Amino acid sequence: MRARVLIRPKAGILDPQGAAVERALPALGFAGVANVHVGRLIELDVDDPSQLDSMCERLLANPLVEDYEIQVSE
Amino acid sequence: MRRSLAPQMKFGVLQFPGSCDEVDALHAARRVGDAELIWHAERDLHGADAVVVPGGFSYGDYLRAGAIARFAPAMESVIDFAHAGGLVLGICNGFQVLCEAHLLPGALLPNANLRFTSRQVHLDVVRPDTPFTRACASRPHAGASSDSGEDDGPSQRLSIPAKHSWGRYYADEPTLDELERSGQVVLRYAPGENFNGSLRDIAGVSNEAGNVFGLMPHPEHAVDALTGGDGSTDGLQIFESMRLTVEGARA
Repeated sequence: MRARVLIRPKAGILDPQGAAVERALPALGFAGVANVHVGRLIELDVDDPSQLDSMCERLLANPLVEDYEIQVSE
Repeated sequence: MRRSLAPQMKFGVLQFPGSCDEVDALHAARRVGDAELIWHAERDLHGADAVVVPGGFSYGDYLRAGAIARFAPAMESVIDFAHAGGLVLGICNGFQVLCEAHLLPGALLPNANLRFTSRQVHLDVVRPDTPFTRACASRPHAGASSDSGEDDGPSQRLSIPAKHSWGRYYADEPTLDELERSGQVVLRYAPGENFNGSLRDIAGVSNEAGNVFGLMPHPEHAVDALTGGDGSTDGLQIFESMRLTVEGARA
């Protein structure tokens, strides 16, 4: 099965990449942009999607500082 | 350095694909004792009395700095070694690896200014009584004011280089409070020196037992007046402290 893991900085942790993008967009004329956060996308094929949570906890994300969201497509 | 007839203590310095400071660490360790490299695929720590996890970009820093190195066979042995009370020093990428391995609390995040920065930094030794800093209390430093006489306690300051882009120390507030309360904050950036945005100016922390210590700046690059950033050899004090600790435990 195809899976996508979305990883983003936990709320409340300084996200300088997001802040830099948030400053850059208005400079290009895009108004009305707020709360920009930059994370990572990991795509993978897995036989057993029930293992994804453990994969995230142990390797794909650092749960101390990152939240992750698992999306599985049949 | 003092030499005695007893066998010298031995440092094991890990080497991952992508390490780049392991030779400097080896060189620094040899100023105070014996040292050899341990390749990441080995499980045998070669009878080392203390382990150094060096700086660099282990496994290309893919995914997150230190995330993959943490699963190296040598690291599995280092984790056992640490749990048995062995001294483990993590420098820069090594600090990141030790955090990923949960041997140290917290995490290292991208510098607040998103820039790779290489500069000499001044560090306050908050705890000059740990296995990694005990030599700091007794040795005067060229940067300390000359009229203060013998340096004592937290006024001791180290001048050593830092060079990284992922050095912003982070832990949640309850963890930070606990680290402060239990005396695990060993080094802080001196006022005005916290260039990476580390919470509470933390530059180096230890585990609760005190036998595992990580810091972002590089003591192994400040061991020779010829090449130390400002002529400082302050980094030697970390290695000398470890020697004193190991040899003290033997006596």
